[in-house]
Amino acid sequence: MRRLLFMVWKELLELRQDKRMLPIVFVAPILQLVVLGYAATTDVKNVPMVVADADGSSASRELVQTFDASPYFTVASVVRSVNEVAPYLESGHAWMALSIPVGYGELVGAGRPTTVQLIADGTDANSTNIALGYATNLVASYAQDLLAARLPGGRMPAGLTADVRVWFNPQLESKDFMIPGVLALLLIVMTVVLASMGIVREKETGTLEQLNVTPLRRWQLIVGKLLPYGLIGMIDIFLVVGVARFWFRVPLLGSFGLLFALSLVFLLSTLGLGLFVSTISENQQQAMMTATFFFLTPMIYLSGFVFPIENMPAVIQPFTYLIPLRYYLVIVRGIFLKGVGMNVLWPQALALLTWGLAILGLATLRYSKRTA
Amino acid sequence: MRKALAVGKKEFRQIVRDRRTLMILLFIPVFFLLLYGYALNFDIRRVALAVGDRDNSVESRALVSAFLNSGYFDFAGSVRSSEDLGRAMDGNVVRAALIIPENTGRLVRRGQPAPVQVIINGDNANTAATVMGYAITIVRSISAGFIVEQRGLNLTPPIAIEPRIWFNPELRSTLFLVPGLIGFIGMITATISTALSVVKEKERGTWEQVRMAPINTVSYVVGKTLPYLGISLVSAMGIIVAAMGLFDMPMRGSWGSLLLATGLFLLGALGTGLLVSTIADSQLVAFQVTLILAFLPTFLLSGFIFPIQNMPRPIQIVTYAVPARYFLVALRGIVLKGVGIATIWGHLAALTGYAVVVLGLASVRLSRERG
Repeated sequence: MRRLLFMVWKELLELRQDKRMLPIVFVAPILQLVVLGYAATTDVKNVPMVVADADGSSASRELVQTFDASPYFTVASVVRSVNEVAPYLESGHAWMALSIPVGYGELVGAGRPTTVQLIADGTDANSTNIALGYATNLVASYAQDLLAARLPGGRMPAGLTADVRVWFNPQLESKDFMIPGVLALLLIVMTVVLASMGIVREKETGTLEQLNVTPLRRWQLIVGKLLPYGLIGMIDIFLVVGVARFWFRVPLLGSFGLLFALSLVFLLSTLGLGLFVSTISENQQQAMMTATFFFLTPMIYLSGFVFPIENMPAVIQPFTYLIPLRYYLVIVRGIFLKGVGMNVLWPQALALLTWGLAILGLATLRYSKRTA
Repeated sequence: MRKALAVGKKEFRQIVRDRRTLMILLFIPVFFLLLYGYALNFDIRRVALAVGDRDNSVESRALVSAFLNSGYFDFAGSVRSSEDLGRAMDGNVVRAALIIPENTGRLVRRGQPAPVQVIINGDNANTAATVMGYAITIVRSISAGFIVEQRGLNLTPPIAIEPRIWFNPELRSTLFLVPGLIGFIGMITATISTALSVVKEKERGTWEQVRMAPINTVSYVVGKTLPYLGISLVSAMGIIVAAMGLFDMPMRGSWGSLLLATGLFLLGALGTGLLVSTIADSQLVAFQVTLILAFLPTFLLSGFIFPIQNMPRPIQIVTYAVPARYFLVALRGIVLKGVGIATIWGHLAALTGYAVVVLGLASVRLSRERG
């Protein structure tokens, strides 16, 4: 036990020696979460529009005003003809163009049907889809008001209405969905990096031989290597959860104790992963590439962090079960947004634990072959 | 110049000797594009809808079938109780629910307001917003149908919309994501390839030899960068061509401007790596700084997935320092919109500026270190 403590102490001393290290492991996650937390929003608001108002009547200006007044659209410029809109869409200064034909005001005034054209830049398919939905509903309800004014009684006859309720995220803020994800991402980035360079660094500088001849047992060596990183990870958990809860005000509906405990299980898998990378690499450059390309990148893309897993092709979906971040995301989002407990999350917790133990075991095996 | 070439040649030989690294630099990008380009999309699939029809009238059944026939929803079961629904929503078996209260049909026939409840799982705000739009449109059009049928009023809406979608008419999210992936992969590969170059020599103790070598700093920087520029340009153009073959990415602009934009972008990325390498004291720190400066921002702050214009103003200012931001506008403009240099020159200028600044800073740091 005392030997183990010495090993931990040695690692901590080494980490402290690098004067850029401490700010990076403690300050960077906070800064990153603040910046990235604001950035990671898929909300569609203030879509810049260019209006081609060929009619120039008071009726057409009223329609333009309706768009500009909506939180979803901002009228960036008004031109006279639909032929002038192309440069705006090509340069990206406008994402959508509304074209109002000549004679629009007259037709609307006479109560006869007319058509306006909406030209959307389809490059960002997702945002375009949402923005088109908003635009369609906006024009439909404006048209309904015009229609109602001419009906007996001046209003639409009552009928079915949709009373929409959004659960878990009533304001439909993608923030609440994304920030727990960014939090998980930061934890993984900080800890995988530390652990992946851990053993290979000693290999490269030639000090691994010295460690091997010490009377430390293999497991003590590995635990001694990982414990300091685990400590750093634990502090990082407090920091990022604090920022998410108190700075971004993401509601933490479930228990913090459970979140912390399961985060530790998650750290087990990320540290194990890092260590595994460290044992299969010859030098730090290889470790860096292996960790980034084969572990960090797939985690970001295939974990369901931004890209819904149910959208992936059926061939790819089974592979996402190999990604520990997948389980942790369900855990973080579940505890934060839904307030669920162990009775719902136990399969994820179990999967994470199995994953962590398996990868640690694998890393230990690899390590022993090397020293034997 | 000859000295720069000599450094370049030495660096190149070192790259070729480390097989694993070379393979990673050349082939991983294509593999990534294949995997992620295929795996990722935002297309909204059918939503699993639970139905609670407590009215069971002609009108309520018409509404339910309008939802299920819209092509946006899949029937996922009937709702018996609210606990039932709660459990199904918690477990993600159901993503939305339509609840029609008793007497809805009678209220509609009498011309009285009849609210029906639509419940949506909001944990993915984006999907929820789209689903909400669908639901409102369906209810509105069914309701108008009832009114026309029962009162004989003419309710043709006075304004119709004719939507047209340019550049990506089928709204395939793949066409949006693939250029982003190209930018991401290019940035990561290029930055990583230089990020350890200087600090590695420092850690191994070969730095003294570099210090004493009779070459000036600029030739050293050029020599360190050139071989990687060659390799990463080859692999970047490779993935662009692969994207066109595999994912039907169009090429509406000119190859010349594409090559120029890609080259400038990669130069900036390599410079970023070199700068990190001159600042860091150990390879561990260099790795961490690379992830913080290149990996995460290119993913989150470049407009790859999250539109920059939705971000708060201070964060938008931060994104001006992310080179991928300019590259993505240029790349999407060239391949999807067919724009020429005249439209994107501002972005190309920004890429040039970024490359000059990072390479300049790296040279300054280096010459200081070499004393």
